Amino acid sequence: MSSTAASASTAPTPAAPAPEAVPAAKSPKPGSLKRRRTLAQWGFIAPAVVFMLLFFGYPLVRNIVMSFQHYTPSTFFTGEAPFNGLDNWKNVFQDDLFGKALWQTILFTIGSLIGQFGIGLALAVFFNRRFPLNGVLRSLILLPWLVPMVVSGVVWRRILDQDTGVLNSFLGLFGAGDTPWLSSTGMALISVIMVNIWIGIPFNMVILYGGLQEVPKEMYEAASLDGASGWRTFRSITLPLLKPVITVVLVLGFMSTVKILDLVLALTDGGPADSTQTLGTLTYQNSFAQLDFGAGAVVGNILILISAVFAVFYLRANRNEGK
Amino acid sequence: MTAHITDGSRQRRRRLDRRVVVPLTVVSALVGAVALSGCGAQRDESVFTVLNSSTDDSYHGWDAATLKRCSKQLGVTIEQQSVPAAQVMTKSLRMASSKSLPDIIQFDGSEMPTFAETGGLLDLKKLGVSTADIPEGILDYGSYKGTYYGAARTVNTLALFYNKDILDKAGLPVPTTWAEMRSTAEKLTKSGSYGVALSAGGAEDGVYQFTPFMWSNGGDETALDSPRVVEALDYWKSLIKDGSLSKSTVNWTQADVNDQFMAGNAAMMINGPWQVETLNTKKNLHWGIAQIPVPEAGEDSVGPLGGGMLTIPDVGDTAREKTSAKIVNCMTSEQEEVTYALNSWMIPANQKAAAVWREKVPSLSSLADQVATARSRTAKLGSGWTSVSLALQSAFQSALTGQSSESALKHAQQRVESGN
Repeated sequence: MSSTAASASTAPTPAAPAPEAVPAAKSPKPGSLKRRRTLAQWGFIAPAVVFMLLFFGYPLVRNIVMSFQHYTPSTFFTGEAPFNGLDNWKNVFQDDLFGKALWQTILFTIGSLIGQFGIGLALAVFFNRRFPLNGVLRSLILLPWLVPMVVSGVVWRRILDQDTGVLNSFLGLFGAGDTPWLSSTGMALISVIMVNIWIGIPFNMVILYGGLQEVPKEMYEAASLDGASGWRTFRSITLPLLKPVITVVLVLGFMSTVKILDLVLALTDGGPADSTQTLGTLTYQNSFAQLDFGAGAVVGNILILISAVFAVFYLRANRNEGK
Repeated sequence: MTAHITDGSRQRRRRLDRRVVVPLTVVSALVGAVALSGCGAQRDESVFTVLNSSTDDSYHGWDAATLKRCSKQLGVTIEQQSVPAAQVMTKSLRMASSKSLPDIIQFDGSEMPTFAETGGLLDLKKLGVSTADIPEGILDYGSYKGTYYGAARTVNTLALFYNKDILDKAGLPVPTTWAEMRSTAEKLTKSGSYGVALSAGGAEDGVYQFTPFMWSNGGDETALDSPRVVEALDYWKSLIKDGSLSKSTVNWTQADVNDQFMAGNAAMMINGPWQVETLNTKKNLHWGIAQIPVPEAGEDSVGPLGGGMLTIPDVGDTAREKTSAKIVNCMTSEQEEVTYALNSWMIPANQKAAAVWREKVPSLSSLADQVATARSRTAKLGSGWTSVSLALQSAFQSALTGQSSESALKHAQQRVESGN
């Protein structure tokens, strides 16, 4: 689970191989040998590069180009998609639905992250102590992570049904059995966020738990000798030492949350009255319901851009961690 | 981890390099080659494919039987390829761009105009597909801009299904007008079960269900903000306000509505005949079927015309296309239509077949009447239907969750006009 690079293990390292022998100067063509080595190095990288270019680079470039084209069903026959400048971008930005979807995506992402991270961290700290059944309980909490997203969506949709849902039957005991979880514009987004939090807790807990295992026990001993309270220990030791792990968890969480599509489609299909449309569902609707592939590409590109900004954060955080 | 080569033998290193470089180059080339192949599959001369959405076991089986009989009759092999209904359009478009279109595509009526507009469909009359004994309305349904592109085997529409036991126990007749439907629904609503169920979900299902209310009231899709459409939406709102229609209706697909009705959570429902097969799996459920109530007694109940239609895409091979037309003729022959209609509880498109079918299932005759007055969603707007449908979905969902019908529909009409 935990990265070995940052581990402060005192285990004897295996004997390091002898330093590389300097190539003998008797070589007839030192240049050719060097070239060949470089070639071999590139050869190892080449398959990965080719793969990345084909399956990531090409679609990405295509998608960017597509957002400046008038790309309609006819394009599939004629292969012609005339460039139309910024028309697609203008249309998307003028559509009230885009602003709505953007705002809802922000709410959804922030809400999900706070919930997933907060509860995940609390559970990780809780499980960081030794007690009976610790392992069993931890495995049980992983379950939401193992269930496919669409299955979770379909099951939760039934649980949250206003009339026949299990949740309202249960709340009915306390006189709150008519909550319109998914059938009111005010509640639907909150419900979708809650389901997404439920799905995201295990991931956060596992990674943070791994991070906590890395914190040396001696520190906690020292802190308790100094008479620090539990809260003070958490604030001054646990959090600062977890910082790199926290960054990674938040960034990865952000990237999987911001592009949400499957869960929303399964739960509400973007409804009621577009109250759960996100940038992901809007891309889907533009491309596959309206068949306006140019507009779909625009929203897709905006999503990629947002993710790219955070990917840079992630890489920087990782680089600092490697030191 | 870097691999250190510790011994200084150039010989070995050189050999190693060559041993490594060559396979790596091959691997890279392979990755590229695999990625670029997979397009442009070669067509098998003697095998014809039909792309449809018959992913359900029962439908897949019925279609397989039909195609087997037609294969025998025409001496060619016909295979079916089934994808989920929502993917028929995108799948077809992808196949068009890789020049691997199937010989026949079964489109939903609301999708055909979009595909026809690309110029990728052929005129069925020119290819020799028969139009004898097909009523005008169904010919129009299969036409786009005056050209007949889609041959329907069977058509369907929506009707009012009611639970006979519940209505009999309450001593209520089957409602025929909006006012009757409203009061009946209210009387039949008890705790845990509603008077009526319908789908107002944010997809084509919901729009399909709204059309009979909009059209029977004289409203139409070219002016969503007209008072006639507002009235129809207000009628839906009144059912929710009375408590006789569940607020969950905005999350329901037509399949969900059917589940509610079967579970006894609704005394009546608006739904289509394709649900009958499922309904009949519940032995102790006694249901009846009637026309959808109209605003005032004596008016026509105008429902939406639905159902798949067989189209022949342009595959650039006239001889093949002529054979495809023969396959369509076989699939839409009287005998095949009756068989398919009886299986799927829909109404044969061919009038002669419909007469035979009526004799065999008299219980569904009100459905046949409803089809006679039914209207195609795309007749007026063609491929423009899609954006109207999306705007309308948002509108009735907003109205049912609190907004006023008038402002929701005004907004929808503005959205349509601004091209978004």
